[in-house]
Amino acid sequence: MKKKSMHSWGKYPRIENRLLAYEDRKQCAELLQQSNALIACGNGRSYGDSALSETIVDIKPHDYFIAFDEKTGILHVQAGVLLADILEHFVPRGWFLNVVPGTKLITVGGAIASDVHGKNHHLDGCFSQHVQAITLMTAANEIKTCSKNKLKTLFQATCGGQGLTGILLDAKIKLKKIVSSTIRQTTIKTANLLDTFAAFKKLENHRYSVAWIDCLASGEKLGRGIVQAGDFEAQPAYGKLRYAQKSKRNIAINWPRFVLNPWTVRAFNALYYWWPKTGESQQRVSIDSFFFPLDALENWNNIYGKKGFVQYQFILPLENSLAGMTEILEKISQSKEASFLAVLKLYGPANSNYLSFPMEGYSLALDFKVNDKVFALLDELDALLVKHSGRIYLAKDARVSKEVFQQGYPEIEIFRAFRKKHGMDKTFHSAQSKRLDL
Amino acid sequence: MSYVLILGAKSDIAKACAREYAKNGYDLMLAGRSISELNDFATDLEVRCSQKIELIELDILKTNSHLSFYQSLSEKPLGVISAIGLLGNQSKAQDDFDHAQTLINTNFTAIVSLLSIIANDFEQRKSGFIVGISSVAGDRGRKSNYIYGAAKAGLSAYLSGLRNRLTSSQVHVMTVKPGFVATQMTKNMDLPEKLTAQPREVAQHIFKAQQSHKNCIYSKWQWRYILLIIRSIPEFIFKKLNL
Repeated sequence: MKKKSMHSWGKYPRIENRLLAYEDRKQCAELLQQSNALIACGNGRSYGDSALSETIVDIKPHDYFIAFDEKTGILHVQAGVLLADILEHFVPRGWFLNVVPGTKLITVGGAIASDVHGKNHHLDGCFSQHVQAITLMTAANEIKTCSKNKLKTLFQATCGGQGLTGILLDAKIKLKKIVSSTIRQTTIKTANLLDTFAAFKKLENHRYSVAWIDCLASGEKLGRGIVQAGDFEAQPAYGKLRYAQKSKRNIAINWPRFVLNPWTVRAFNALYYWWPKTGESQQRVSIDSFFFPLDALENWNNIYGKKGFVQYQFILPLENSLAGMTEILEKISQSKEASFLAVLKLYGPANSNYLSFPMEGYSLALDFKVNDKVFALLDELDALLVKHSGRIYLAKDARVSKEVFQQGYPEIEIFRAFRKKHGMDKTFHSAQSKRLDL
Repeated sequence: MSYVLILGAKSDIAKACAREYAKNGYDLMLAGRSISELNDFATDLEVRCSQKIELIELDILKTNSHLSFYQSLSEKPLGVISAIGLLGNQSKAQDDFDHAQTLINTNFTAIVSLLSIIANDFEQRKSGFIVGISSVAGDRGRKSNYIYGAAKAGLSAYLSGLRNRLTSSQVHVMTVKPGFVATQMTKNMDLPEKLTAQPREVAQHIFKAQQSHKNCIYSKWQWRYILLIIRSIPEFIFKKLNL
């Protein structure tokens, strides 16, 4: 089998690997004998090295829908099914996923392994909280089905476990009924961080909410942004449900490095901030433009050029959020390294999975183009993060240290012990799990 | 039931076509050898699209069964897509005529046998469409796969003639010439990423082109121009090239 260098969505890091595929469960079991550092990969949309390893198992070909129960809304699919496929076929029939992240171009397996969350986390929690059952191939070559009630520890380790507990084969997920396919959106332009936090509080009864922050603004304007909230409309807007595929633009080539510089990014951010009306306004928008605005730009990661980018996403406990976020935003603003699309969100309570990212508090996600200075800056941000008891999101991470990581995840030792006990640490590893001793 | 018949349904392009047609509201009949292997796939289509999917056993190489196969269909299809193809092994085909014959029969002779039966029916009913998946390999013989290429060249010529004959009967015949496609057939080949299509792209292309009555498509479209260049290389140069 030939070796190839692969990267995830951030294009950093690149790791030489063998890509393996399997046809059936028997072959899947055989694959597990071939390497002691093997990880499953879905659509390659995690940002860093959580799905990179010397041996990668491609689960994307396993994209069959197995069954759907109209009465309960429970959909049984193989792990390689894309969320986009589910929406394409089920929105017109009046069903929606309970939790969608900022892209629909991820597999169900990936959604479970990263226990993804969306704009409704404050009300509906993570993806795993709507998963009825998961079937996986374990390190011992056994097929196990786990759920909240059955093999609960395996379920809690698998959801958010970054694929380190086994190869996900299929899952049963609960869909929710929708009566329209349009969103009534409220937009609030805020003047600073305090104002932004207040807007989140004000909008907390809206099912979906998120904010974009101008991370280059400083001083009195620090933390200014656009807060958007909304929910599905109660009536179908055009007489029926529909899910039209919007035309996509493709960023076909890597942009030269000079295109994104502090001035162009500042201009973009200023324009983006200036665009919506001052104060509060309302719009009707489609599912895709509300939930997945970036999916309209195919290969948008090319914007950051050949060397790629790292996304830094962290969360701070609610009581530390204002102080911590202020300090971190000040540091970012001074550095002038940040780029556009800093995304802020207020989260609801944590779930009981060992490595799920969300907890009650504010999370910020932003992109940094890879260059010589950026890693030193991220280390400084890590120090502030530790000071405010925050945690890093593994699905985005490519570089955090073991120390910074584990102070944010109090249940990491349970996860480590569970992996050891079941021999998972002898079979499943990613570059990330080796770095962080997962 | 008005449905589309897909021949060679176990191939990746056929499966992608099945998804595309089911998504657009067509019922399907999927034909191939050991077709029960597609049971899970058929369920997948039914769950996705709520279309009716039937599986039917067909060994394309048993040409004497073709007539009874087609007659056994209680209702005749709206259209047929042939995705039958076998790449085989060129060097083996050079040494072993049995293998060469299998390639020629699978890629050409057997398809001609079945499509002729279907074409006669469509001609009589004055409706229907026939999509034949040929290959860019049929556009000019190259030493790396000329037995396969020769059979595909035959298929392309057959489809072209069929189109000429059936146009006056309002039967639409479309030739599809895929270039590199990332499928089981090519999984051990090192293909250039930019020129390699995913089966899904090819299927979307086929559906759109069939609906708008295109005659001959290359997929990806770039291959039309690549083959234009390849075909226009003078033979005295071409014969020395390592292609």
